[in-house]
Amino acid sequence: MKNDPKKLLRYTPSERANHWLTAITFILLALTGLPLFHPFFYPLTLLFGGGIWTRIIHPFFGILMVISFGIMSFHFRQLNTMTPADWQWMRHLRELANGDERNMPESGKFNGGQKLLFRLLVLFMALLLLSGIVIWRAYFSFLFPVWVVRLSAVVHAAAATVIIGLIMFHIYMAIWMRESMDAMLYGRVRRAWAKQHHSAWFRQVISGGK
Amino acid sequence: MTNHWVDIKNADVIIVMGGNAAEAHPCGFKWVTEAKAHNSATFIVIDPRFTRSAAVADLYCPLRTGTDIAFLGGVINYLLAHNKIQLEYVKAYTNASFIVKDGYKFDSGLFSGYDDAKRSYDKSTWAYELGPDGYAKVDETMQHPRCVLQLLKKHYSRYTPEAVSNICGTPKDIFLKVCGHIATTSAPNRTLTFMYALGWTQHTVGSQMIRTAAMVQLLLGNVGMAGGGVNALRGHSNIQGLTDLGLLSNLLPGYMSLPSETETDYKKYIAARAFKPLRPGQMSFWQNYEKFHVSLMKSWFGDAATKENNWCFDWLPKLDKVYDVLQAFELMHQGKLNGYFCQGFNPLASIPNKAKLIDGLSKLKYLVIIDPLATETSCFWEDHGEYNNVDPSKIQTEVFRLPSTCFAEENGSLTNSGRWMQWHYQGAPPPGDAKPDAQIMAGIFLKLRDLYRKEGGAFPDPILNITWGYRIPHAPSPEELAMEYNGKALADLADPTDKPKIIKKKGQQLDTFLQLRDDGSTSCGCWIFAGAWTEKGNMMARRDNSDPSGLGITLKWAFTWPANRHILYNRASCDPSGKPWDPNRKVIYWDGSKWTGADVPDFKPDIAPGNQMGPFIMQPEGVGRLFALDKMAEGPFPEHYEPFETPIDTNPLHPAVINNPAARVFKDDRGDFGTSKDFPYAATSYRVAEHFHFWTKHTRISSILQPQQFVEIGEELAKEKGIKAGDMVKVWSKRGFIKAVAVVTKRFKPLQVNGKTVHHVGIPIHWGFKGIAKNGYLANTLTPFVGDANTQTPEFKSFLVNIEKA
Amino acid sequence: MALQSLDITRRSGTTTPSPAQRKTMEVAKLIDVSKCIGCKACQAACMEWNDTRDKIGTNHGVLDNPMDLTENSWTVMRYSEVETSRGLEWLIRKDGCMHCAKPGCLKACPAPGAIVQYSNGIVDFQEENCIGCGYCITGCPFNIPRLSKKDSKVYKCTLCSDRVAVGLEPACAKTCPTGAIVFGTKEDMMHHAQGRVADLKSRGFTSAGIYDPKGVDGTHVFYVLQHADTPGIYSGLPKAPSISGMVSIWKGVFKPVASFALALGAFGAFFHYVIKGPNEVSKENEKEFEDEK
Repeated sequence: MKNDPKKLLRYTPSERANHWLTAITFILLALTGLPLFHPFFYPLTLLFGGGIWTRIIHPFFGILMVISFGIMSFHFRQLNTMTPADWQWMRHLRELANGDERNMPESGKFNGGQKLLFRLLVLFMALLLLSGIVIWRAYFSFLFPVWVVRLSAVVHAAAATVIIGLIMFHIYMAIWMRESMDAMLYGRVRRAWAKQHHSAWFRQVISGGK
Repeated sequence: MTNHWVDIKNADVIIVMGGNAAEAHPCGFKWVTEAKAHNSATFIVIDPRFTRSAAVADLYCPLRTGTDIAFLGGVINYLLAHNKIQLEYVKAYTNASFIVKDGYKFDSGLFSGYDDAKRSYDKSTWAYELGPDGYAKVDETMQHPRCVLQLLKKHYSRYTPEAVSNICGTPKDIFLKVCGHIATTSAPNRTLTFMYALGWTQHTVGSQMIRTAAMVQLLLGNVGMAGGGVNALRGHSNIQGLTDLGLLSNLLPGYMSLPSETETDYKKYIAARAFKPLRPGQMSFWQNYEKFHVSLMKSWFGDAATKENNWCFDWLPKLDKVYDVLQAFELMHQGKLNGYFCQGFNPLASIPNKAKLIDGLSKLKYLVIIDPLATETSCFWEDHGEYNNVDPSKIQTEVFRLPSTCFAEENGSLTNSGRWMQWHYQGAPPPGDAKPDAQIMAGIFLKLRDLYRKEGGAFPDPILNITWGYRIPHAPSPEELAMEYNGKALADLADPTDKPKIIKKKGQQLDTFLQLRDDGSTSCGCWIFAGAWTEKGNMMARRDNSDPSGLGITLKWAFTWPANRHILYNRASCDPSGKPWDPNRKVIYWDGSKWTGADVPDFKPDIAPGNQMGPFIMQPEGVGRLFALDKMAEGPFPEHYEPFETPIDTNPLHPAVINNPAARVFKDDRGDFGTSKDFPYAATSYRVAEHFHFWTKHTRISSILQPQQFVEIGEELAKEKGIKAGDMVKVWSKRGFIKAVAVVTKRFKPLQVNGKTVHHVGIPIHWGFKGIAKNGYLANTLTPFVGDANTQTPEFKSFLVNIEKA
Repeated sequence: MALQSLDITRRSGTTTPSPAQRKTMEVAKLIDVSKCIGCKACQAACMEWNDTRDKIGTNHGVLDNPMDLTENSWTVMRYSEVETSRGLEWLIRKDGCMHCAKPGCLKACPAPGAIVQYSNGIVDFQEENCIGCGYCITGCPFNIPRLSKKDSKVYKCTLCSDRVAVGLEPACAKTCPTGAIVFGTKEDMMHHAQGRVADLKSRGFTSAGIYDPKGVDGTHVFYVLQHADTPGIYSGLPKAPSISGMVSIWKGVFKPVASFALALGAFGAFFHYVIKGPNEVSKENEKEFEDEK
């Protein structure tokens, strides 16, 4: 049963909706952005009705994502402060990558990696927003000197590359770490899963705290 | 032009003065760049403003507007003082050695014979001293105190570099630099060309400015030479043709003239024009005047013109005065002229003192406009707010607007500045009801003739008897008209030297004006155009641009009047012995039996060198005139007179005679001149490259390129007045005001004149209240109603204004 | 202007070779600023041939008009009044696309075939392929392309590629009354330019020279300047233009590197999965919460 009441509630429906809106817009942005970046990806424009539509909708997707992600990051801002324990956790990444979780320090609702990812996402999303506005030719580029536009083009491409990398990592983690996806798809996770991956959070929830 | 456009490329020194060829004649200007590129020519621009021409000049020389005679007089003084004249040429080909009548005098600004009340001269002393044989006396040594050279020296000795600088505001060192360049062309193998336009003609002393340049060229031996001459750049594509065909009110076609009211005797009329030689052996070509005149009358009146009725001489109007456009508007203003035809003419925009023009037009009973465009004149009665502030309910003039074709909508010939008559073809059909001008005129004529036939009337003869043999009477074709002005034989013409031989059969087109007769056996609508449409066909349509000499003389291209001659006075390109002064400019030469060469000789072909005949065959004395005799209104030597509105309120040369004493000033206009107290700035009006007169504000591309009226002022004046580039400014003269955008530029520099700083205000003319460009004020709201003493061309180039930020 | 062509050197948004069997001679338009009288006939001819019309504007206190290049004005005259050691000079430069041998616009353009460079050197926009992103504007070292508000396409001088293709010179060169604009093979034009420079030097313009900037491997529209040492006085002609380093990184090295890195990441993840296997909940934990299954 997907929503077995014995399972632990990890994400509320609105949190999930918020996440998926962000995720979908992100995918759309990647699909519309990449063809503007490298001819190799240009055929992707066919998904959106051609190059012109791709050029038109990409920045609007961007605005949508920024709003959606903005809400999410505001909502999760306190859960994403890095603690010394998180840094400790980070030092054991290699063991984790090898599937050995025995020595991983305890983590709360979000582990150090997730928090760090979150912070990087905030950073690069901000860069994408700012540089994206500058290179949005239809409405804004004429307000800026050409060197700013050129710099922004590079920043946008670089930030996009990094953020796509980060999201690919994020998605892989969700796949690799079995059952993680359930949390975002259905909201609840098994206690076993919670205890294994987020033991501090698990204890907190079991003990009745939120 | 004495020469022609292509010939500019042969010059060593090119002076653009009284014009702005790059701006107003950009296509012809290419020959300046050719001369620079292939002839290492030095290009000098002399202008109050650093113009588009100046942008590509080797030397720019500023001067105050209206002071060109002072400048060029200074050049004459320099050439004489430094012995930089081509002496042999001056001696043989000018009237330098001629002795002037005793009694001729110049004193304190006035020549002998001035009548203050009439504002004109008794010119009887402005003449050569004649010998008992009736010929002018000469002194070959040119030492006689009354010989032209000595009088010339004396007259221009006052024009020192200091005096020039004081009057013109030209820095002395730049003036001397210009003189140095000009002086180099006194060498027989170097030539100077002057290119001028309305910057000389539109002054009260305009004709004399041009004459001064001609005198400089005679002294340097540059007239008749390839790359020399004095070259008028005509504005409209066919303004040359207009003057050639005698459209000025006192002219007949081919520079013949109407009789005055005192000339009622035919024989005397001819005798006064058929000049007898003033020196032995001269051609004095105007002796043929009667041949041209009779042929013209035969062309007009056909069989009605007979020897018995003096070829209808009595039918010609006899002038009491010149009916130039200023006179016409003065008469309108006085209520004495009450019907007016405006054909291809927009006087409200093109004539000075708009307020006076509106007043005149409002007093008319009817006004007929024949024009392709809705001109300002045709809408003078419309209220356009501040741009044309009139009350239509108060104007009773009936206006008829007859739409005509523009040049591209009809076949025809256009005569360029170099006298090339070039045939052109219709490029597009005319829009709507537009008709060619000839058709409109024919329609009016046929109607009038019918009325005269039916109802009679005073003096119907000329109207009833005019020849009208056009295939379609209401639509004379350009081809028919061209054949008519070329002329034809009305009877079989015998060879005068070989009698029984017939050179032209009756009805054949003539080849040259030399075939014209004074016995009524030829007709010719414009003698100088003879040869344009011969039995071989339309010579104007020829398009072979081969140039065997490399001098740009393309005898098989179109037809050049007169006689397909490209360089006028070209006999003067050879020395008296018949050898070209410069072997590299072999225009014509004596081959041992006749004159021949690249051009058509401007000489009697079989008169050998050494004979007395001089190269200036139109003149009774056969030489070029440094001393103009009685041909000019204000004196035989050009003298500097200030514009009627002068920023210095005096004439430094003779304070008692400030401006042209022979210029006509109407009574009511006296009070309309401003002084420097209220109007401290020297204004000059001009054209810009983007526009053509008042036409192209009706076309989109030109309007895009220069959309809105502006005035140009120097940075110093702008600073004084707190005006920034782009500000709206108000410019006003005694006669009215305009408002325009200020263009603030480094290209107008203040000049130091007679101890005073003189600023210029430049006023481009192209905007008005009709068309698709931004509406503007007619610039001629500002200009004064006074013209050149000889031609009555208005003084658009020098007047006074004031300026403030609007 | 679209022309089916077999002589395409470069094509935007394309990584494989374009049809290039035919090799034509390199052409060039030489603008001799020292001969230019600023009559704007070239502007008029450009509008006429290409059938473009800007709005009728206003005067801005200078003779320049239209004030700047637009999608309808592919060339404009720029007037500058400069005091030099020779006194006042009025330097009038015809501005427009330089047709760089190494075009920054083409490099920046993401749309396949929206910008092509023919082997004759003409850099031509094919507006039907243009997606309106304006990257060419970012890429251009001379600030030339202009985006139309009407159709969101970018326009600039085509060097009359349609005329040149049939053996005619560009409209501006055809109309220029003083020969300040001449057109021919780049070699001939270079030769002509050298002659002009020699003439200018003989007239005292000691620093006269040719403006054919090496930073973009030369251009197919180039200038003769009276003062080649200070191109900036000609209404801001750049001294040493080249494709901006930013644009080079963006559309140069970064493009393949980033794509490769992302691909590498994806492969890395896949191999990690198949080698290390998924991360599942441990046996002990499963046991503890057996009731959940």
